[in-house]
Amino acid sequence: MQLDLLPRERTTASLNLLILLGSLFAGLLAISVVFALNGVNPFLAIFYIFKGSFGSWYGIKETITKAIPLILIGSGLAMAYKAKFWNIGAESQLLVGAIFATWTGLTLGPHLPAIVIVPLMFLMAFIGGALWGMVPAVLKVKFGINEVISTLMLNYIAAEFVKYLVVGPWKGETKGGYPYTDDLPAQAILKHFPYSRISPVLLILAVVGALILGWLVYRSRFGYEIRVIGENTHAARYSGINFFRTSVLLMAVSGGMAGLAGAGELMSIHNYLSYPESLSAGYGFTAIIVAWLARLNPSFTIISGLFFAGIIVGGDAIQITMGMPAATVNVFNGMILVFLIMGDFFISHRVRIRLRSAVHA
Amino acid sequence: MLDLIVSVLTRTIIAGTPLLLATLGEIVTERGGIINLGIEGLMSAGAVTAFIVTFTTGNPWLGMLAAILVGILLSSIHGFVSIGLRANQVVSGLALTMLGLGISGLWGKPYIGRLLPKRMPRLNIPGLSDMPVLGSILFNHDWYVYLSIVVGIVIWFLLKHTRMGITLRSVGENPKAAESQGISVNRVKYFAVMTGGGLAGMAGAYLSTAYSGSWNEGITAGRGWIVIALTIFALWQPGGAFLGAYLFGGIFVLQYMLQPLGISPNLLAMLPYLSTLLVLFIYGMSKSGQRRMNAPATLGEPYVRGER
Repeated sequence: MQLDLLPRERTTASLNLLILLGSLFAGLLAISVVFALNGVNPFLAIFYIFKGSFGSWYGIKETITKAIPLILIGSGLAMAYKAKFWNIGAESQLLVGAIFATWTGLTLGPHLPAIVIVPLMFLMAFIGGALWGMVPAVLKVKFGINEVISTLMLNYIAAEFVKYLVVGPWKGETKGGYPYTDDLPAQAILKHFPYSRISPVLLILAVVGALILGWLVYRSRFGYEIRVIGENTHAARYSGINFFRTSVLLMAVSGGMAGLAGAGELMSIHNYLSYPESLSAGYGFTAIIVAWLARLNPSFTIISGLFFAGIIVGGDAIQITMGMPAATVNVFNGMILVFLIMGDFFISHRVRIRLRSAVHA
Repeated sequence: MLDLIVSVLTRTIIAGTPLLLATLGEIVTERGGIINLGIEGLMSAGAVTAFIVTFTTGNPWLGMLAAILVGILLSSIHGFVSIGLRANQVVSGLALTMLGLGISGLWGKPYIGRLLPKRMPRLNIPGLSDMPVLGSILFNHDWYVYLSIVVGIVIWFLLKHTRMGITLRSVGENPKAAESQGISVNRVKYFAVMTGGGLAGMAGAYLSTAYSGSWNEGITAGRGWIVIALTIFALWQPGGAFLGAYLFGGIFVLQYMLQPLGISPNLLAMLPYLSTLLVLFIYGMSKSGQRRMNAPATLGEPYVRGER
């Protein structure tokens, strides 16, 4: 028997979906094996995860709450990855957005009505994330610095800077020594749906934002340039596309979306700036898988964002119901991501199995 | 004052050792043209494996071997996905980090808060360790410290002076030419990835069975990412890895010592990342600088056999 791997000339939407679902299923299977080897009943664990996230009103509300930042960040990442710009710095673009929003809220907030200060904080957060996102774009195009490395470095620089702010100059006077800033003024804090932590404003922002980015990527001149760059960087350079301008603009949007997520977490969930890990809970990294599961279509992150928010919420649930460690969610995320990128191979290649005997017959 | 300096330098060597081991591994991997962002996960898995094996057998050497083995096995996933399936190396590496952190959390849960009965023994090198100042800085450590130095010298020698090193470098620089010389490019790449994985596992083992003697989630504390920075900071040279690892290790040690002087530990903690960006920036300012930097030419690019 012989296995041949041949490039696939064309794919269909249904084949893509089939491979996607197949990858998810294979991923869950592999996760089950890891669980079983640890003496955990995999069916029970997976059941409890989805019961925790989608099996109750409380779970669903928490899932939507956590899906919001994932959709905001994931749609921006999908856009960047479409141009093969490997932005892994969403975590810090989120933080810089939160820093800008905090500053705006604390200094201008007390003097302005909600209708002015809330949009202003979102705008400032977008600008903050955009500026921080544009740095790696400039470094890449003008100085040939790999964006994976620069965004990774910028993640740590921004995280340490936030820590510096909250233990140092921005430490709140009303927080009794904790590393938090003071609370934002009441008019800068987003209202929730009753009995939930979902802010309607934020929910609309995330869904509309993802749809707009989807439109941009697939229906606009800008999106056309993004896709050309992603498909063939060299061809794009010679076809009159301004590589510098498109890259910088692209990363401004990508970073800006993460910045919005930072403002959202700040104004809806925390109400003050604190340590980076409590502000973001790794959303910038989880959103990478969200973008991948959406097959780099920003609009689809609405669905994939909900899925991974569900895994986060369910992961919290099995910590309590099954006494499993917090890191369990990482097994899920890592394994699913591995199988998703394996699946990509079968989208671009087909496998032909030849039986030797049949050939000779 | 002299005592203080000796103590700082001694602890710098200790803090630099896991960085050195994993960076040497990542240098080998990247020289073969593969970038592995999974080091944080590999180190974590190595740390928990070494702890469990040492805890149950009472033998830290077995712990070290098991950690190296787990590092090799886990990194072969990255190898299969990025070499065999030619998938995106960045995403595959990130997945490996998540996976490594995840399974080490699962494996290590029952061991949180326990202390090892026996850590990796120390070796006071006879004669040399009695020297004033240098004796306690350099020759009064556990086995890992000396091993990491030996590994560094061996890798330096292999890369620089042997056919094996030339083969590895040619695979990272120009795989097509290497293939035409009869080199099995993919086999060399697998070897490079698994060597890096084994050394990352060993670095993790150092953390749990020599440095602290305990296991907790988050034991690697971002060291795996510092390694990615260090590999560039070292310009893919083992000599640079020594310099960088001890420099960054020193920053680690000084972080909290300088706090009473009004120097923010958080601003100091930025230094490894800032200086790596600065190195890239300085070399990036001119085209000749970008060439002189000598990054493996096909780093991160999937290699398709026979493609023109």
